[in-house]
Amino acid sequence: MKIELRRLTKTWGETTAVAGVDLDIDDGEFVAFLGPSGCGKTTTLMMIAGIYQPTSGEILFDGEVVNDLAPRDRGVGMVFQSYALYPHMTVAENISYSLKLRGVDKVTRRRRAQEIADLMGIGHLLDRKPAELSGGQQQRVAVGRALVKEPRVLLFDEPLSNLDARLRLTMRSEIKRMQTELGITSIYVTHDQVEATTMADRIAVMRGGRLEAYADPDELYRRPQTLFVAGFVGNPPMNIVDAQVVGLNGGFVAQTLGIEIPLPDDRSRPVVGRRSVKMGIRPEHILVGSGPFAGEVVLVEPLGREDLVDIDVGSGTLRALADRSLGIRPRDRVSFEINSAEVQFFDPETERSLLWG
Amino acid sequence: MIGTAGIGRRRISRGPRIGYAILGVSVVPILVGYAWLLIASFSRRTRGLIPTTIDGRAGGWTLDNWSFVSDGSVYRATLNSTLMALGMVVGVGIVSTLGGYAISRIRFPGRKGVLSMTLLLNAFRADMLLIAIFFVLRALGATPLVGRFIGFDTVGGVALVMVSLELPLGLWLMKGFFDNVSWDMERAALIDGASRFRAWWEIVLPQVMPGLAALSVFTFISGWNAYLIPFTYTVGTGVSNLPVFLDELIGETSPTNWNQVAAVGLFQLIPILGFYLLMQEKLLNIYSGGTKGGT
Repeated sequence: MKIELRRLTKTWGETTAVAGVDLDIDDGEFVAFLGPSGCGKTTTLMMIAGIYQPTSGEILFDGEVVNDLAPRDRGVGMVFQSYALYPHMTVAENISYSLKLRGVDKVTRRRRAQEIADLMGIGHLLDRKPAELSGGQQQRVAVGRALVKEPRVLLFDEPLSNLDARLRLTMRSEIKRMQTELGITSIYVTHDQVEATTMADRIAVMRGGRLEAYADPDELYRRPQTLFVAGFVGNPPMNIVDAQVVGLNGGFVAQTLGIEIPLPDDRSRPVVGRRSVKMGIRPEHILVGSGPFAGEVVLVEPLGREDLVDIDVGSGTLRALADRSLGIRPRDRVSFEINSAEVQFFDPETERSLLWG
Repeated sequence: MIGTAGIGRRRISRGPRIGYAILGVSVVPILVGYAWLLIASFSRRTRGLIPTTIDGRAGGWTLDNWSFVSDGSVYRATLNSTLMALGMVVGVGIVSTLGGYAISRIRFPGRKGVLSMTLLLNAFRADMLLIAIFFVLRALGATPLVGRFIGFDTVGGVALVMVSLELPLGLWLMKGFFDNVSWDMERAALIDGASRFRAWWEIVLPQVMPGLAALSVFTFISGWNAYLIPFTYTVGTGVSNLPVFLDELIGETSPTNWNQVAAVGLFQLIPILGFYLLMQEKLLNIYSGGTKGGT
């Protein structure tokens, strides 16, 4: 099912939770709403579910305005952060409650609950109560409950944030696999950019109730349109430094933190003539080991495959990813190279990208 | 918490032991009181806890004090007590669960006002309102059809008055329990296809059952033991309840036969004791506040 949001707005008294969001979601697409807490992503989801009534703007399902439809008439399935299972019902009753409300007979309900539970790998737990299940099992019940009514759209509200890290990885790929197989249009709210980039076809980055960017993960990573997106997408986060771009020996260099970084043509051209800009350099684009720049290591954080190192270059620090085999320790002096073909530039006032804005 | 079931199997350490000792000592006077009640109801006279005959010698056991059980009027009073108490349980239960839910969940104009007004009303003693309520009851009694059941000098009227006096407690209590039920659970029910009422009935209400059970017990007990309101708004034994019956016993027999009073008092206590024994776990819930096994 295709979903369209038109100037969707929600205010609570004086505060604006969602401010004029325009968004199209294609049939079968998996879209993540990404942003820090309080950015309006959950409020938007609740409006799509029909729990909140929009203050203004429209929500369209397959071209039809559904603003005034009750949640039960929208054909949505939802998975909550708290799972929100019904504690007094068994797993089977939890899963098949929506069928009971539709008047489906008991035998069919049980059979459907069994099918869905088997699909979710909890077929043996049908007669347990939610309190007798682990977090991961409860989560599967919650997903099963959303799936059983064959919804036109699946809504996920930070469904994995209460799980431990390992289980989160498993559930992440399971939800993704299931969504791909069933082809149900899905919206996934998260504040975890790794979850968003690994699962979603497209990511809607929200900030302060506004849609900051809406693109596929690769696009957000390589061509961030705003400083906020650049800082939010990508792990570890991008280095953001003040810089000046000046001509030198027929080319251009970015002067920052007391060093001069030569720039390729396509990066420097839109920036020329600006006295000061914000420059973004991803840690993975700083190549530690050899190169024209040098600094002292002040902090090493082993990430497993790589080390995240903070390098003091004299008038500031840069974070870089370094190969573990280098055996870098704090207080070491290291040389490094910057892959300037990947640097980003932003207007310090508008915070919009000077390259892709 | 000290002394919960969770640590029951472990050897009791010194801290709880001191606690139990203090508790034990402090309940002794109450236990002695009940012991006296029991002994006195089966004897002619007592000196301390020792039953005596009229002339002061030990002994003097008798069943005479319980002779009222063969008199029909005590059963009439028992029936009235039961009807009043159960009527209160039903009335307070229905209004408190519906009203408590509304106050907990729905933002309506005057919500804060209702909340603080109920609290304020609870601060007034019922005695102050006796005369005003009398006129209200008389007016209610004059209404066609239902007037016969809820007016002055009816069991229904007395129950109605006591329901309204019990409601502030009930509303606040149930509001607290509803506050503890997650919004998401209710939203899930709405998305699953339930109407707002059905979500309340099938999903939310089961979560507050411990609260409702505790409220019911408290309401039943306060209805069962009520004296002032039934005494004020009933005339004659036809509609009086047990406490009023007990009072008449004291007033009419001269000099008062305290041993008979003890017997009737004990008779009145029996259902309450039974209730407490059956429901004590639910009653504790009201203090620990909230549902078990919820998410």
